[in-house]
Amino acid sequence: MLTAGVDIGAKTIKIVIVDDGEIKAKNITMSGYNLMESNAQAWADLETHYGYNTGDMDKILVTGAGRKAIKAADEVTEAVAAARGSFALCESVRTVIEVGSEEGRAIKIDEGGKVIDFAINEKCASGTGAFIEAMASVLGVPLEELGPMSLKSTSCVAIKAQCAVFAESELVTMIHSKIPKPDMARAIHDALAGRVVSMVRWVGIEQSVMLIGGVSRNIGFVKSLGQKLECEVIVPQDPEYVSAYGTALIAAGR
Amino acid sequence: MAEEFWRWTESRWTNPDLSWKDGKILTAGVDVGSVSSQAVITVDGQVYAYANTRTEPDSASSAIKAINRALEDTGGLTLANIQYTVGTGYGRVNVPFAQRAITEISCHARGANFIYGPTIRTVLDMGGQDCKAIRCDEKGKVTSFLMNDKCAAGTGRSMEIFADVLGVSINEVGELSLQVEEEPPPVSSTCVVFAKSEAIGLLRKGWPREKVLASYSSAMAHRVVSLLERIGVEKEFGITGGIAKNKGVVTRLEKELGVTALIPNYDPQIAGALGAAMIAQALAEKANSRQDSR
Amino acid sequence: MIANYGYKDGAGDFFITIDTGRCDGCGACAGACPAECFEVGQDPNDPLRDEPVAIVSEAVRKSIRYACGQCKRRADHAPLPCMEACPRDAISHSW
Repeated sequence: MLTAGVDIGAKTIKIVIVDDGEIKAKNITMSGYNLMESNAQAWADLETHYGYNTGDMDKILVTGAGRKAIKAADEVTEAVAAARGSFALCESVRTVIEVGSEEGRAIKIDEGGKVIDFAINEKCASGTGAFIEAMASVLGVPLEELGPMSLKSTSCVAIKAQCAVFAESELVTMIHSKIPKPDMARAIHDALAGRVVSMVRWVGIEQSVMLIGGVSRNIGFVKSLGQKLECEVIVPQDPEYVSAYGTALIAAGR
Repeated sequence: MAEEFWRWTESRWTNPDLSWKDGKILTAGVDVGSVSSQAVITVDGQVYAYANTRTEPDSASSAIKAINRALEDTGGLTLANIQYTVGTGYGRVNVPFAQRAITEISCHARGANFIYGPTIRTVLDMGGQDCKAIRCDEKGKVTSFLMNDKCAAGTGRSMEIFADVLGVSINEVGELSLQVEEEPPPVSSTCVVFAKSEAIGLLRKGWPREKVLASYSSAMAHRVVSLLERIGVEKEFGITGGIAKNKGVVTRLEKELGVTALIPNYDPQIAGALGAAMIAQALAEKANSRQDSR
Repeated sequence: MIANYGYKDGAGDFFITIDTGRCDGCGACAGACPAECFEVGQDPNDPLRDEPVAIVSEAVRKSIRYACGQCKRRADHAPLPCMEACPRDAISHSW
């Protein structure tokens, strides 16, 4: 049975195609301003690389913040998709943390992989990838360099503001005070980790803890998160595809 | 060099009808906010001079900049002549020449009481990085308050960001937002970061700048009203802080509340510093009377 | 004075209200709260008040929703320790 999971995020659209539980194809495209168009483009790219098109699928299921925009017939919530994908990758996972471009969530699952509690933040940029993007821009550092730079930090400074906008002002003050860039980079990741951990504590930290979503590729953030959680954090390969993968599995009734 | 749309005009003023040399008690209030700083000098309980400046990266410099600006054009008045200074605002503990630091809630109530008169009962202060709703009595004493300084939505900073993204000078955003024939729906995102992206999307869709501004001003007014309603609005109602000068937000606020805000008789942005100067006056009088009775 | 401590963000309004007219600074709330949300001392918003008063600690004020989580999310819906402890009914929560 060939199924597809489509995760329509604020920044990127992820598609994962699964056959008998095995990943056959995956694709990531920018969401852009027109989700219907971007979705069509994502499928076109998929066909070019792997030969699959929507007609080949026995079932397509959609998740993500933009799922309403493409008027999909069948959808599943982000929390359920993230839980399913994470559990499929590692059955010891009990706490799933997903940090996307414009949302963050913490999900508690039981030994069967079922969602038993969750906390979502989809209203506030703080606690999402948007926070890091805004800070990186103020610092004048390309997004992909921020993580590695923060690992070179030698001293700990703290950003106190909860809000991304106020944090920006604090960062400007730090720049004026000539705080070294690696230390500021670290402060940014610590701040994001702090907001995320508040949410995780809400559902309770229970090992194993898995981090998914695009922001997981930021090694600075992963380090800060692990420090604040005071436990190991599993980051799977291709962390941004986990929800789409979970969605494809659910579509196959798995 | 790129125009800085968010940069509002700094200002100062000296009272032409007063002379400081005849005054018995001279006091000062300095309000160091996260975005702007004000200094007010009073002579025997009357406003003598004030200045409104942009906050520097550190609070102490901001306080000094503000007081020096206020002291300009005063015919030789210096800090040495000022008997008592109270610092307030987010940077209040870092005003080097202040005798005391007092939180902004009580200072704003006192300041509003002076700016709007003793009939004022409800004060809305929309600062650079916070929003306060205050109820007070006829003496300017606080009876109830609420402050939101966690979230940028509904604060002056958010309007600066919108001015910047739309390329409109902050001094003009208010008027421009009123130039719409029909009120558009408010922006759907509460968060300023997301609202900014939403605004860019709307501009792309062909919305003119005034329509986007109207949409944001509407959302801002609505948000602030919900904060006010939590403590209740009793007439008379007055607005302090920088946003009081934004006609677009003020008009929408009044409409939603069903209450008209009083017209201030001084720059509403100086309310905190003014209140601080008034409290300084009271404290100076108290100190003087203790001296006299020895 | 009705003092409201907390914030409004995208998720809602989260305020703890202390009626300082009723509060006499006894500190029972500070003792009862497992998250150390309360402190007792000089009233920062009333420079003329001599009596101590309870305030919401600055350390938790801007994350009060999460700080109160452990009491508010209890399955048995037990009454909140701070409100139970206050002998003068000076505390209330907006959510």
